[in-house]
Amino acid sequence: MSDTPRHIVSSYEQELNQLRALMARMGGLVENQTALAIQAILERNTESAQAAMEQDPEVDALEREVEARAIKLLALRAPLAQDLREIVSALKVTSDLERIGDYATNVAKRSMRLGPTTSDISLGGLRSMGRLVQESLRLAIDALGQNDKEKALDVWRSDKAVDEIYTAMFRELVTYMMEDPRNIGACTHLLFIAKNLERIGDHATNIAERVHYSVTGEMLPASRPRGGQPNVEAPVP
Amino acid sequence: MSLWRRRPSDADPLSEAAPGGGGFSLPGLLDLLPHPVLALDDEGMLRHANETARAQFGDAIPALLRHPAISQAIRTLTPGGTAQVDLPMDVPVRRALRISMRSGTAAEPGRRGLVLLSLLDRSELEAVERMRSDFIANASHELRTPLASLIGFIETLQGPAADDAPARIRFLSIMEGQASRMRRLIDNLLSLSRIQMHEHRRPSGLVSLAPLARRVADGHEPQLVASGNTLSVEIAPNLPLVAGDSDQLSQVLHNFLDNAVKYANRPGRPATIVLAVQPSQAGVDPSGDGVVLSVADDGPGIAAQHVPRLTERFYRVEDGPAGKAGSGLGLAIVKHIVGRHGGRLTISSVEGQGARFAVWLPRAPVPATAAAAQRAGLRERT
Repeated sequence: MSDTPRHIVSSYEQELNQLRALMARMGGLVENQTALAIQAILERNTESAQAAMEQDPEVDALEREVEARAIKLLALRAPLAQDLREIVSALKVTSDLERIGDYATNVAKRSMRLGPTTSDISLGGLRSMGRLVQESLRLAIDALGQNDKEKALDVWRSDKAVDEIYTAMFRELVTYMMEDPRNIGACTHLLFIAKNLERIGDHATNIAERVHYSVTGEMLPASRPRGGQPNVEAPVP
Repeated sequence: MSLWRRRPSDADPLSEAAPGGGGFSLPGLLDLLPHPVLALDDEGMLRHANETARAQFGDAIPALLRHPAISQAIRTLTPGGTAQVDLPMDVPVRRALRISMRSGTAAEPGRRGLVLLSLLDRSELEAVERMRSDFIANASHELRTPLASLIGFIETLQGPAADDAPARIRFLSIMEGQASRMRRLIDNLLSLSRIQMHEHRRPSGLVSLAPLARRVADGHEPQLVASGNTLSVEIAPNLPLVAGDSDQLSQVLHNFLDNAVKYANRPGRPATIVLAVQPSQAGVDPSGDGVVLSVADDGPGIAAQHVPRLTERFYRVEDGPAGKAGSGLGLAIVKHIVGRHGGRLTISSVEGQGARFAVWLPRAPVPATAAAAQRAGLRERT
């Protein structure tokens, strides 16, 4: 084997690996942001909230870097088949991750405005939802790192559980507001927090769909398994 | 597994034989270490996770390596330098880790060569701490109700009803009921705490679920006769073994059956309960080979908004049947057991038509010896 072709191939492989490493780093960051934001609400921990918010600029910077590298790879290497799908998916996944970071930041911000009035509102639903969303996110990013279509399918199936628990929380919070108007302020924040968590779960499912496409070349059906129907089948947090 | 893929490289420290020869490769040596250790290359890519690390952390390794605190520490580690990071993990099970790392020095200036990470699981310490605070918070709240009624009856017996024999007999039987409720609650809390303490450690035994299911079903015979419900047991042939703790898996089934007996029958209409043990079906159950344990009934079912929250401690369905209060911990215990086994709990229900509780458990990896033992008819080894 002569030196030149090997050099070219390995440097292409290296660039692709760098792109994957960046995605993993970004995934780790938003995972951590989400964990911190959830901790901030459940434990009234302003330090966690602060830490979650401080990571946002780094996530944004990483998104731009991933984009730049992906475009460069597309332009210079003209990849084909799975490599092409992987790079195109990376472009989309990076914006999903960036959105997740934004939602986590928003949850962290709201946790600081919740105030002490919420002490008699049960946070059990939020705790379960937080766990479900964190688990989906972890699986989605694992699937991304390992190009694992089975894990991607698991995430895709569990989206329904997040929807279901969101609907339940919505009802519960509305009940709190009707019972005592003084709860309205805190409950509104909690509603938005629940909505943001639901969105994070949704973006995790998006990532899983893209991983599935990148690995198999086939799109998953546009209609996801949805919650909120009479026959509830939900993996439990 | 693209992130784990090996990069072709001329001087690959992991593929070279270890100094001193003898035919040991570095991965082979790392596998001999009794502690969990990860080896990363210069760019922070995982090159080898030793056997202990794979057994203890398995799926969690990628999530661990991409955690910002770790990846930051790895990136800033200087050649020959060391670092230590303490890390909480929330999913899949709660863990507290201490990670110590050390970088090698490569011949090339400015390069580090290998970075070794050793992992220390401090979950048990943290769990003890958390358990104590949880126990005090939950137990004091839940024990107060039966205790208040006990005190009430004692006061009545000391005062107005001191000489009233029929009332005394009636009160004492109520008091016995309340006291045994308190005892059940304490037993459940203790077993929950025990399970949580070891939740981060995968069970090492092998369990054959068919005899286990039959045993648990037989144990419920008296309760079934008393309640008038009927139980049918459906067990598929040739089920694979699962890795698990047979006592804990019995408890899962036991709790499912308890709930079914307690909540499934409606007045004047006994329920039919079906206990099934089946191999998992592709496309329906979570990915991967395994066994599904399920208990289904045709009782009143559970309203949709309660389903996702049933496994919370002390969560009760408000409009549930009166006088059937359990400890509120049964499904919480199931959740933690299933979590420890790396399985999945699914609850499905159609209101008015019944409920189904199912647990998917991954099949045990079949090493050569175990496969031989299975063929030889050794059914259970825990």
